[in-house]
Amino acid sequence: MTTRDTDWDGVRLHVVTGKGGTGKTTVAAAMALALASAGRKVLLIEVEGRQGIARLFDCPPLPYAERKVAIGLGEQGAGQGGDVYALAVDPEGALLDYLDMFYNLRRTGKALTRLGVVDFATTIAPGLSDVLVTGKATEAARRRVNRRDDSHVYHAVVMDAPPTGRISRFLDVSTEVSGLAKMGPIKTHSDTVARVIRSPQTAVHFVTTLEEMPVQETLDGIAELHELTGDGIRAGGIFINMARPAILSRADLAAAASGSLDVTELALGLKAAGISDNHGLAADLMTELREHAQHVALQDREREELLTSGRPHYELPMIPEGIDLASLYQLAAALREQGAA
Amino acid sequence: MSEPETSVRHGRAMAPVKLDMDRLIDDRRTRIIVCCGSGGVGKTTAAAAIGLRAAERGRQACVLTVDPARRLAQSMGLTSLDNTPRRVDGVETADGGSLHAMMLDMKRTFDEIVEAHADPDRAAQILANPFYQSLSSSFAGTQEYMAMEKLGQLRHADEWDLIVVDTPPSRSALDFLDAPQRLGRFLDGRLIRLLTVPAKAGMSYMKVLNAGFAMMTSALTKILGAQVLKDAQTFVTALDTMFGGFRERAEGTYRLLQAPGTAFLVVAAPEPDALREASYFVERLDAERMPLAGLILNRVHLSPAGRLSAARSLAAAETLEMQDRPNGPGVSAGSSGSAPRYTIAVAALRMHAERMQLGKRERRLAEHFTAAHPAIPVAEVVAQPEDVHDLAGLRVIGTLLSQQGS
Repeated sequence: MTTRDTDWDGVRLHVVTGKGGTGKTTVAAAMALALASAGRKVLLIEVEGRQGIARLFDCPPLPYAERKVAIGLGEQGAGQGGDVYALAVDPEGALLDYLDMFYNLRRTGKALTRLGVVDFATTIAPGLSDVLVTGKATEAARRRVNRRDDSHVYHAVVMDAPPTGRISRFLDVSTEVSGLAKMGPIKTHSDTVARVIRSPQTAVHFVTTLEEMPVQETLDGIAELHELTGDGIRAGGIFINMARPAILSRADLAAAASGSLDVTELALGLKAAGISDNHGLAADLMTELREHAQHVALQDREREELLTSGRPHYELPMIPEGIDLASLYQLAAALREQGAA
Repeated sequence: MSEPETSVRHGRAMAPVKLDMDRLIDDRRTRIIVCCGSGGVGKTTAAAAIGLRAAERGRQACVLTVDPARRLAQSMGLTSLDNTPRRVDGVETADGGSLHAMMLDMKRTFDEIVEAHADPDRAAQILANPFYQSLSSSFAGTQEYMAMEKLGQLRHADEWDLIVVDTPPSRSALDFLDAPQRLGRFLDGRLIRLLTVPAKAGMSYMKVLNAGFAMMTSALTKILGAQVLKDAQTFVTALDTMFGGFRERAEGTYRLLQAPGTAFLVVAAPEPDALREASYFVERLDAERMPLAGLILNRVHLSPAGRLSAARSLAAAETLEMQDRPNGPGVSAGSSGSAPRYTIAVAALRMHAERMQLGKRERRLAEHFTAAHPAIPVAEVVAQPEDVHDLAGLRVIGTLLSQQGS
């Protein structure tokens, strides 16, 4: 085991949220790979039934069972990484699990499912199914090996959670449920779940791109978390995804954005490289450069905006070829390098 | 619309049919346009741009949006969430059109349905029920249902001749199609029948309960607690009285979506997940006999210098970098003595190569879609360097949508 400090030492449940299209599942998967250093077992949980994890890891659809999907990112001097397990949680499976675990009622559970109790819960009281789903994640995070060995089964649990707009309600299970149940077993269960989610063992990470809407949603999401739960549920880090690095100095970028870069210099460069400047190729490339400069300026503005939240932030590069297993490890390495895991 | 360009040319990938947006919005028979697709693909912007363009071409248009970005909402004058269409200022009205816009207030829409379908006492009882409060303010499912409900109301009001609706950012785009029927199906379910038995039959209900029912009730009590079960029963019984009304509305909305005056536009970004969702959606709309007008492929990366390939561009950048080495041949680019030469050219070439690569990948993904759905007209919108947050920006998107030149 390594003793390297990370920004989230002591966090056992990493909840990863983000606006649609920002790469939330990708970042959650990379985080799981990064956390699974030598010998450390990590569980990656999906809750929205999209099978995004299976697609990323190129394996068959995940059942409601913990399956090994990958080996964590190795480390120099510490050898191969630990195992990464994955689980797709659905409210129905979580309900059966809950009945089985707490009441030994698996058979009754199946009968209830046939009667549409799960439909009932998801339609009439979405808060109830959220408790069941988050309950499964907190159970995995707390699980011990056995009675004699009380070490945790999983070093960490990473949850690919619902999008930013829904995350506060999703996690604020005790409030959601206490409106419905003032006492009784579901209330007790939700209190247990809430205790874990509101402890320093849980952090909610926000994935965003450097675009206006995702950044705004991230800041709104952090504010809402604070508003709804006080300091109860902790906002974790901001994961800036698909950032495009600037390819020119700031001065040159500013010049490119204002259109004051010398196009003849570019044309000379093309000529020196043996490319003829037909039909104003240099001018067209200059247009691209200007757009890039505008884009970088926009990214900078949005980054500034994000920093006002005071949260630690990490940057993950844009992978122009698309995400595959190799690029997931690349992103995991970037996360570890920056101290996120 | 379906010109010979759809045919396979010399083994090259099929070019999609081009979507004729202006024909769609100029056709007075088009009364509803539904923009759907997965989250984060630019549905709201597309819906707003289409509404604006239609208004400026003479339609009385209303844009119903669910969750707009703050600045986009402000640009359309939507500062408060009051569930009523507001006139948008700054729209070019020379052709006699107008634009209204509204943001959906999910809870208020739900409250209004309850108030419309139950007597005041009963309505008050429902509105105060904890289950109702949880259901009407939570996001899952209710938002889709309420968006469709509001659409039905606006269409019924008949004040606008074109309504453009932006669907909720569902976890899966398909949820939205199921929403109108889901509540009806739920209210018709066996569990509901069971839950409503006690309230209907009073104490005598024990007689009708067989062992299975008893087991279930006891299990439910165990899991939920007696109070929760009682609240649920009260709520369900109350809803039950409005059941007919709910179901009728859900079915009415569903039929409205199938009607000839409705056109669906699937919005997607050229990314694997978004296009996969788009494919599901296209197939699902077909299965439900919902009229699909086409696909909007948003944020496509094109290059004004497309004639220079990624490979050549990269090779050229490398050539220049080699020349820049101290002992290389070196050609002065006019900059002062020891300054690195051709920095701008190298940067431009490298960036161009990356952009061409990205464009190629996007093209490939779009071709996958077209190969699977060759008959679906497509409109492509080039990625904008900055986000859209004013009418001028929306106008640009509207123009891009409509000018699908070859």
